Amino acid sequence: MVLVLAIGDLHIPYRASDLPEKFKSMLVPGKIQHIICTGNLCIKEIHEYLKSLCPSLHITRGEYDEDSRYPETTTLTIGQFKLGLCHGHQVVPWGDLESLAMLQRKLDVDILITGHTHQFKAYKHEAGVVINPGSATGAYSSLSYDVNPSFVLMDIDGVRVVVYVYELIDGEVKVDKIDFKKAAAT
Amino acid sequence: MISDGLEDEEKWLAAGVAGLQQNSFYMHRALDSNNLKDALKYSAQMLSELRTSRLSPQKYYELYMRAFDELRKLEMFFREENRRGCSVVELYELVQHAGNILPRSYLLCTVGSVYIKSKEAPAKDILKDLVEMCRGIQHPLRGLFLRSYLSQVSRDKLPDIGSEYEGDENTVMDAIEFVLQNFTEMNKLWVRMQHQGPTREKEKREKERSELRDLVGKNLHVLSQIEGVDLDIYRETVLPRVLEQVVNCKDELAQCYLMDCIIQVFPDEYHLQTLETLLGACPQLQGTVDIKTVLAGLMERLSNYAASSAEVLPQFFQVEAFAKLNNAIDKVIEAQDEMPVDAVVTLYSSLLKFTIHVHSDRLDYVDRILGACVKKLSGKGKLSDSKATKQIVALLSAPLEKYKDIDTVLKLSNYPHVMEYLDDVTNKEMANVIVQSIIKNKSCISTADKVESLFGLIKGLINNLDSKLLEELDEEDFQEEQNYVARLIQMLHNDNPEEMFKMICTIKNHILTGGTKRLPFTVPPLIFNSLQLVRQLQSQDENATEDEAPVTPKKIFQMLNQTIEALISVPVPELALWLYLQCAEAANDCDLEPVAYEFFTQAYILYEEEVTDSKAQVTAIHLIIGTLQRMHVFGIENRDTLTHKATGYSAKLLKKPDQCRAVYACSHLFWVDDHDIKDGERVMLCLKRALRIANAAQQMANAARGSSGSVILFIEILNKYLYFYEKGLSQITLASVQSLIELITNEMQNENSASDPAAEAFFASTLRYIQFQKNKGGAVGEKYEPIKV
Repeated sequence: MVLVLAIGDLHIPYRASDLPEKFKSMLVPGKIQHIICTGNLCIKEIHEYLKSLCPSLHITRGEYDEDSRYPETTTLTIGQFKLGLCHGHQVVPWGDLESLAMLQRKLDVDILITGHTHQFKAYKHEAGVVINPGSATGAYSSLSYDVNPSFVLMDIDGVRVVVYVYELIDGEVKVDKIDFKKAAAT
Repeated sequence: MISDGLEDEEKWLAAGVAGLQQNSFYMHRALDSNNLKDALKYSAQMLSELRTSRLSPQKYYELYMRAFDELRKLEMFFREENRRGCSVVELYELVQHAGNILPRSYLLCTVGSVYIKSKEAPAKDILKDLVEMCRGIQHPLRGLFLRSYLSQVSRDKLPDIGSEYEGDENTVMDAIEFVLQNFTEMNKLWVRMQHQGPTREKEKREKERSELRDLVGKNLHVLSQIEGVDLDIYRETVLPRVLEQVVNCKDELAQCYLMDCIIQVFPDEYHLQTLETLLGACPQLQGTVDIKTVLAGLMERLSNYAASSAEVLPQFFQVEAFAKLNNAIDKVIEAQDEMPVDAVVTLYSSLLKFTIHVHSDRLDYVDRILGACVKKLSGKGKLSDSKATKQIVALLSAPLEKYKDIDTVLKLSNYPHVMEYLDDVTNKEMANVIVQSIIKNKSCISTADKVESLFGLIKGLINNLDSKLLEELDEEDFQEEQNYVARLIQMLHNDNPEEMFKMICTIKNHILTGGTKRLPFTVPPLIFNSLQLVRQLQSQDENATEDEAPVTPKKIFQMLNQTIEALISVPVPELALWLYLQCAEAANDCDLEPVAYEFFTQAYILYEEEVTDSKAQVTAIHLIIGTLQRMHVFGIENRDTLTHKATGYSAKLLKKPDQCRAVYACSHLFWVDDHDIKDGERVMLCLKRALRIANAAQQMANAARGSSGSVILFIEILNKYLYFYEKGLSQITLASVQSLIELITNEMQNENSASDPAAEAFFASTLRYIQFQKNKGGAVGEKYEPIKV
């Protein structure tokens, strides 16, 4: 059982001053095995904060990230799953599922995680999953109105993944759960 | 000789210890055989060693402690003797036969202790006798230790309230009288010490004297431990008598130490009730006494007392503690014209801490103290004294820590004036402290006036134009501090659009004077604050007459346009471009076509003239296409101009693969389901152009590296074909999809090209996708069915 935090589009300090306190108190060091961050952190302090939660940190670059060393896309394997990561501003039309699916095919991954739209999404698509963890700070976005702060935790166990979505709605944390089992390879 | 001083002292101490041990040995032998006469003889000889005047206080103390241990044993013996029937009165007489006064005095104190315990005479008489008898020793060092011994052995035998020695004619007043007398005499001896020996050794002597201070102070501690010393006795007897001695001894060292001692050993409540007396003594002290430390100590104690419980606060009000302290401080500062600045500030800073603890609601008091401080500092210019600077920082930090709310601090009109006296570096540090306090406490700043005051306060971070200072800055520190400013700007908010707009304009005016280094940090948060406000206005009453409203999206966009322009000179064209696009989309959402078009034009100009880095160009193109794809506000003509340009830029990127990807992405500009834009012809043009570029890339790769490597581009284009095929684009025929698949298959099987696992995986998953769609059945399945894979 591996716990993976997917988080992104924090946009600190340009669009938000900090992570919500409620999230901060939930995210404690030592519980998470990997963090995958879709980008737009945007500054070193946040990078260090995430690193302090978990040293295994994978980040792709958002257009506002000051660190230009983050790659455009990256992949990693956890359990039986291959995960692909990309910020998403490179995929036009933004947030379009079919276009994201093309990226998923290109990276040849079971789970694709992207950000940019600040809107939490998790679809089972074709034979895989497409996830957008939303904006962890609920930052302003020209693409979405009424953004709620959100992030995603994935509990990966062999061929099974449970996706938990944490969303802060009117000061309360709501949790949603999506189950996914990888089809046996054909 | 002098250089051997230390060595000699060791020798003398060793000799003293040897003599002491030898005599104590005989004393013990006499004790064991119950030979009282010999015991007294040898104990007197043993104590004679304490008559030395060759030892420093420290060494003398060592010798004294050894004698002390022996005396305890002797005392036990006396007690035994007493129990066996030997009269203690007789013993008391007997020890007086000792030939020398110092041993005699020690022995008397020892027997005296047993005498009191026996209760054969009133404790008060014996105590009185002993304390009088000690006058016989006028040598300061010997006298101090003897009296210290007396104090030690009598401690548990004072006729205190509840003690077994109280009663009949023995009252607590006798106990107090005894300790006070001993204290007075000891202090006199202690003060006299400085006049002993040559003047050139004065400094050394003062140091030695300082080492002995606790012997004197111990008496005050004993006084504070006497149960019977209640507030009345303290006020009427103890404090006046102690202060009398302190004032009259006219000795700086003693006054400093004893004042502090009084403050530390007696209860807070007593201080509060006798504040006037205590403070009244201050001006009578020697001019050289460090009065600020004394007063600061007092105020710190009282502050802690006030902070300990809200229940004690009424006492403070009742005695008007603030007025008294304030008065005393004013007087001290007035009287000592030469008082250094750091001392003045220390006093005010202690008073301020006292005030916020006791009168947390009286901001006027706090402001008055700050004002007094400003008055004292005025004309001195920026402070260069590091001690004073530290104290000012403490003075300014105290209200922040106490109120945890910048709003309250902003009400202190003198606060910014005090800050003015800090040097530039410290001023900025203080500004940092303020900003972090706001962020930590999530303080709400919600009016333009407050923003104005706040930015005035932290101007060291916002618009200090001292370029020399900026250059010397560590780059990382600078970024960190500016990131905090950015966070702060993000926190400034008011739900009322009119006020919020005023706040934004205020922030803008300040940050635009911040210099090019700061703009990249401060402009973006301001822009997003403004865009958030635009959003808010959008959701509100749309019928309001545009021009009359105090704030409209249009007005905000005008302001934004000017603000982003400032970034161009930094220069950070990429950032400016991203922000223009954000604004364009916001204008689009407000149905403001000309405004949106203007923002796009600005973005394009930047792209053409300023964005030179090829990697930045690729990102810029993605953002331009992505944004433009979402725009619905443009009429056909404007849209054509903008899409035409975007396609043009795409085809001119440096690397062929980037060109190819940007061009096929442009196809989405001509097919937007939501906005009913369906221009199949131009989608096709884009895809075909992308294919040509992929071909060119292929040939170039072949020529240059003898490998393909571009087959992945064909697979990407194939996916785009499938995308539009599925959407029902009539221009994309089954045959065109089929031929693309064949092309890729051929490429993959081409023996000349090295295998590319990424491409193979991509192609395989694409083919799986086709199969998947076939299996879906229905309209989609029907479409896919004829594709042969």
